[in-house]
Amino acid sequence: MISRVLVANRGEIACRVIRTCRRMGIQTVAVYSDADRDAAHVEMADAAYHAGGSAARDSYLDIAKLVGIARAAECDAVHPGYGLLSENAEFASACIAQGLVFIGPSPDAIAAMGQKDTGKHLADRAGVPVLPTIDCRGLTDEHIGRAAADMGFPLLIKAVSGGGGRGMRKIDSAQQMAASIEAARREALGSFGNADLLIEPYLEQSRHIEVQVFADCLGAAVSLGERDCSVQRRHQKVLEEAPAPGISAELRATMHAAALKIVRAIQYRGAGTVEFIVDTRQGADASRFYFMEMNTRLQVEHTVTEMTTGLDLVEWQIRVARGEPLPDTARNTEVSGHAIEARICAENPAKNFLPSPGLISLLKFPPPGPDVRVDTGVRQGDKITPWYDSLIAKLIVHAPDRSSCCDRLIVALAACEIEGVHTNLELLRSIVCSPEFRRGGVNTHYLNERRHELLASTPIDSRKDKDLQ
Amino acid sequence: MTKHEIRSEIAGSVWKIVADKGATVAEGDVLLILESMKMEIPITAPCSGTVVDVQVAHGDTVDEDQVVAILGGSA
Repeated sequence: MISRVLVANRGEIACRVIRTCRRMGIQTVAVYSDADRDAAHVEMADAAYHAGGSAARDSYLDIAKLVGIARAAECDAVHPGYGLLSENAEFASACIAQGLVFIGPSPDAIAAMGQKDTGKHLADRAGVPVLPTIDCRGLTDEHIGRAAADMGFPLLIKAVSGGGGRGMRKIDSAQQMAASIEAARREALGSFGNADLLIEPYLEQSRHIEVQVFADCLGAAVSLGERDCSVQRRHQKVLEEAPAPGISAELRATMHAAALKIVRAIQYRGAGTVEFIVDTRQGADASRFYFMEMNTRLQVEHTVTEMTTGLDLVEWQIRVARGEPLPDTARNTEVSGHAIEARICAENPAKNFLPSPGLISLLKFPPPGPDVRVDTGVRQGDKITPWYDSLIAKLIVHAPDRSSCCDRLIVALAACEIEGVHTNLELLRSIVCSPEFRRGGVNTHYLNERRHELLASTPIDSRKDKDLQ
Repeated sequence: MTKHEIRSEIAGSVWKIVADKGATVAEGDVLLILESMKMEIPITAPCSGTVVDVQVAHGDTVDEDQVVAILGGSA
C-alpha cells in the first residue's frame, strides 16, 4: 500500500511527481533546503519538512536526514525523482531498511549500473554491443599510451564514476595523452571521489538515442519507444524528441531488443533508460549502435515518451512499486505522432552557456493543452539560485508528424516570455528553425559546431530587461 | 607592477583554489574554479603575473562581480 509519499527532490520533477500522486489520491510530503523555503514544490505538497542548508549535500543529498523525515512524516514510500539521490543504491537500501517502499529499482540494480565499467561489462555479457574500452586501472601510463595508439585517435577519456556530462575529455593525439590522463584523474577524484578512468574511441559523427524501458516485479518488461537526444551542449541535453527521426525499422527493433536484454540481465524493475551511441559515419541506414549506460530512474525527458504513448510514467512507477503487474495497455503501447521537449534554462548561450541566476520578474508560457505541456517548478517572482541546476521549465509539444511538431514548437517558444535572467529561448528557436534540425537526425556535435551561426540569427543578448532593449 | 582585481562573473560558490597566494601564473591560467548551477566555472588570469591575494576560500559563497583575487601583472 502506498498512501503517503516523500518526494525526495525539488524543482519541476518534485512538482510533476506531486501532481500524479494527487491524481491517484496519494498524499505527498516535500523536503526543502534553506534556499527552497518558498519553492513551488513546497507549496504544492500536503506537508513539507526542512531538510537543511542550501548546498545539496547539506539537504537533498543527506540520506539519514531524508529517511528520518520520511519516518517522522509517516510516509510509506519515497520517490527520488531524477538526479540527486535517484541513482544512489545506499539511499534505496536505507529507505528499504526503514520499511519504506523505494519507488525505483532494487539497490542491486542501481549498483550494477552505477559505474560505467560494470555497466558495460554487463551489457557485453548480455550480448549487447559495446565500444572497445581501455580500463586504465592498474595500468602504467606507458601501457595506457600503447593501448591508446593501438585503438587509434581521437579517443574519449571518461571517469568511471562520472555523470551529467562531467569528467569527459577528448584526446586527439599521442602527444596529449599524458597531460590529459593526469588532468582527467585529478578532475575525477575531485568531482566524484574516484580517480578511475576508462578510454573509448571518440566517434566523430554519432547520435544519442535511448530506449525507455519499464518492467514489473513479475518479470514482464516492455520498451516504450526511443528518444533522440543528440542536440547537446557540454554533453548535456537541450532538445529531446520521440521517435528518433530517420532510423530504419530494423535498427529501431534491434535497439529495443538490446535494451530489454539488459533489463532482463539485471532483473530490473520500474522505469529505466538504456542509452546508446549510434555511429552515423556510414549514414543512418548502416548505423551501428553501442551501449553507453543505463539510467536506473525516471529521465528528465520522459515527457516526450508520455506525449507519444499517452501514459503517465510516474503513475506506472508507483503501481509497479506497489507490486502491480504492468497493465495490458502497457504491453500493447503504440507510439503515436511526434513529440519534442525543449529545456528552457537560465543561462547565457552567447557567453558559453554561463549560468544566469537571478529573480524571475516575468514568466509566461503558452497555455497548456493536449499537445502543449509545460513542466516547471518556478513561478514568477521566484529566484533561480546558484545552488541547483539551471532548468527553468520543460516545454513539450506533440503533433501528428515531426514537421508539424517543429512548427508547433516554434509557436510555443515564441509564446514564452521570461525576464530577469538570461535564457536559451532564442537559441532554442534558432535550432528548431535551422534546416539541419528540420531535416532530422543531427549528430551530437551539431550544436557545438553550429553554435555561432545559430546565435548570430538571434538577438545578441536574450535578456529582456527593458533598459537593455 | 599593475594590480588587477579579479572578479567573479557570476554568483556561486568557490569549488577550488587553483593558484594560491604567491603563485606565478601565465595569461589564461586558471586561478580558481567556481561552482554555480552544477557547472564548474574557471576564472582565468587576464595577464601573466603573481597572485598577490586570494580573497575567498574553498566553499565560500560569492556574488556576481565580487573581487575574488588580486593579480600583480608582470607587464
